[in-house]
Amino acid sequence: MSERIKVPTMASLFAEGKQPEILFWVGCAGSFDDRAKKITKAFVKILNQAGVDFAVLGTEESCTGDPAKRAGNEFLFQMQAVTNIEVMNAYEVKRIVTTCPHCFNTLKNEYPGLGGNYEVVHHTQLINQLFEEGRLSVKGGTFKGKRITFHDPCYLGRANNIFEAPRALIQKLDAELVEMKNCRKRGLCCGAGGAQMFKDAEKGDKEVNIARTEEALEVKPDIIAAACPFCNTMMTDGIKNKEKEASIVVKDVAELIADAEDL
Amino acid sequence: MEYLPNISFAIILVAGIAFFRRNVLRLIRNIKLGKEPQLEKDNAQRWKNMARIALGQSKMVVRPISGIMHILVYVGFVIINIEVLEIIIDGLLGTHRIFAGLGPVYDFLIASFEILALLVILAVIVFWIRRNIIRVNRFIKPEMKGWPKRDADLILYIELVLMFLFLTMNATDAQLQSLNVEGYAQAGAFPVSKFMMPWFAGMETASLIMIERAAWWLHIVGILVFLNYLYYSKHLHILLAFPNTFYGNLKPKGQFNNLEAVTKEVRLMMGPNADPFAAPPADAPPPEKFGASDVMDLKWTQLLNAYSCTECGRCTSECPANQTGKKLSPRKIMMDTRDRLEEVGKNIDANGGKFVDDRKQLLDDYISREELWACTSCNACVEACPVSIDPLSIIMDMRQYLVMEQSAAPTELNVMMSNVENNGAPWPFNQMDRLNWADES
Repeated sequence: MSERIKVPTMASLFAEGKQPEILFWVGCAGSFDDRAKKITKAFVKILNQAGVDFAVLGTEESCTGDPAKRAGNEFLFQMQAVTNIEVMNAYEVKRIVTTCPHCFNTLKNEYPGLGGNYEVVHHTQLINQLFEEGRLSVKGGTFKGKRITFHDPCYLGRANNIFEAPRALIQKLDAELVEMKNCRKRGLCCGAGGAQMFKDAEKGDKEVNIARTEEALEVKPDIIAAACPFCNTMMTDGIKNKEKEASIVVKDVAELIADAEDL
Repeated sequence: MEYLPNISFAIILVAGIAFFRRNVLRLIRNIKLGKEPQLEKDNAQRWKNMARIALGQSKMVVRPISGIMHILVYVGFVIINIEVLEIIIDGLLGTHRIFAGLGPVYDFLIASFEILALLVILAVIVFWIRRNIIRVNRFIKPEMKGWPKRDADLILYIELVLMFLFLTMNATDAQLQSLNVEGYAQAGAFPVSKFMMPWFAGMETASLIMIERAAWWLHIVGILVFLNYLYYSKHLHILLAFPNTFYGNLKPKGQFNNLEAVTKEVRLMMGPNADPFAAPPADAPPPEKFGASDVMDLKWTQLLNAYSCTECGRCTSECPANQTGKKLSPRKIMMDTRDRLEEVGKNIDANGGKFVDDRKQLLDDYISREELWACTSCNACVEACPVSIDPLSIIMDMRQYLVMEQSAAPTELNVMMSNVENNGAPWPFNQMDRLNWADES
């Protein structure tokens, strides 16, 4: 943990006349949320370790507009999109990786119609690719005998049919992957999507994240793996609510890989 | 007088079909009240989806018990309707079992109809028990009170009666065949109704013929009545599941349409060559309404969705908001859309083909804001629907109306949106601090 992470920006590379292989879209949660920043750093360590030629937009990045669009503010969404697309097109961005499924979905599916055509991958897909190319390896051992359950983020799973990439990474950890009764296509939402993250829930008899946490507790995991900063927050809150934080941790798949490699 | 049955049959048949045609035309007219959607032109994929999801029932078996039972009723109805063809020809020509000449093939057909009829009866009984004795949770939600509940039970009763009439017709026919009654030549195999034959043993030939004829007539009249009941019922799905799966979304579920009307505005605002003082030309159409507050603001595919819904409630039972006690029920969104569309349709009929403002709309009069704001846009409802209905798209269109036409978002969302607008993030952080994480240990 001692080595400083290397985070080049698009602007600095551009000044040197260079272009990175891939843009790491950090996202608002990854930039500002204390918990999500740890995921961002874990992922950067993995990128550094594998020698991936990447860069971030830094202060030139702005919200993709996802929460505005899901809240019904198409106008604000398109303003954000058009601005971001102008920045990325100016840097001639071809490929993007992001740790946030909401950014992933918006960049991949909703930007092309507004002039932003990029190959967009989720970080769990890129990490898998790094393993396949032999640029990464895990020794295993760190998670030996641990029960890990994976919570499918709606915007990665159902919305974009990516179910196996995060699971393939967990399976490299020498741990036991246990599935909740609602998983993959039938995964239950954490409660944060559709801009719910930013408001109180409507009147009901339970919070969605508590319902999902209860489903996770049923399979008695040591670790709840997430692949979305918002799911991570919701599940962490759920675990705290159930007073299980001493025995169960919520971690992003990237953090698990970084921990296994002792990065 | 000899041709009286033939003529009566022809009149009933023509009347039944004419009334059905009238309802279909009304249905098409109502669906066309919707706006034109942006449809991808991948017809090969569309045919494939229809074959797999509607014809092949692929999404029904996600829930094995109701799925398998449903397939029995579905296959039963499709196959047994071959018999209807014979009934129609017999009715018009005054023949009896005109296909009997097929010999062993005919025996096989009638035998399979009978076995399927029995399976349909069993499945319908299981369905009735699930609705009325076990009271499966998704069938007793608030939106299922009143007509939707009666409608569901009524369909089961009609199916039961139709199957019993079919078997009674065969049982008496078989009895008449065994008595070598004139006009009842040996034809068909009756593996199920032969167990009903003892009920009719020892009856006089005249009574047997009367029962056989009564069952025959009631069966075909029942089918025509059922055909015309569809339009007034959730049962329309037996027809609309096909076009609805054909026109179902082909894009990734997370991809929401970009509103073109907004794109135009954004380009005008942000385009360097746009004239900020430009006035619209005098003949310019009024600006398009953003989002949807009534059924006419929705796309026709969404209206087709509404008519295709059979209120099974799989969407609602998978909905995280509904599971945690919120008012939102994706099924209710579809039922409300259909009910409002019907109301608009009746308004048009009553006013000589023109809609007269009735001071009502889909928003608030049917769907409350509380329901709309409870959605997490997780797509569980869309995934759960066995006939490719998309309740989420209606929720999103109505949110667009609330936010862009009425500025009526919940306060916290307004805060989030002004943060995005001013700081480029949903929280009040400075965009200039966006890379600070890289230097924090």
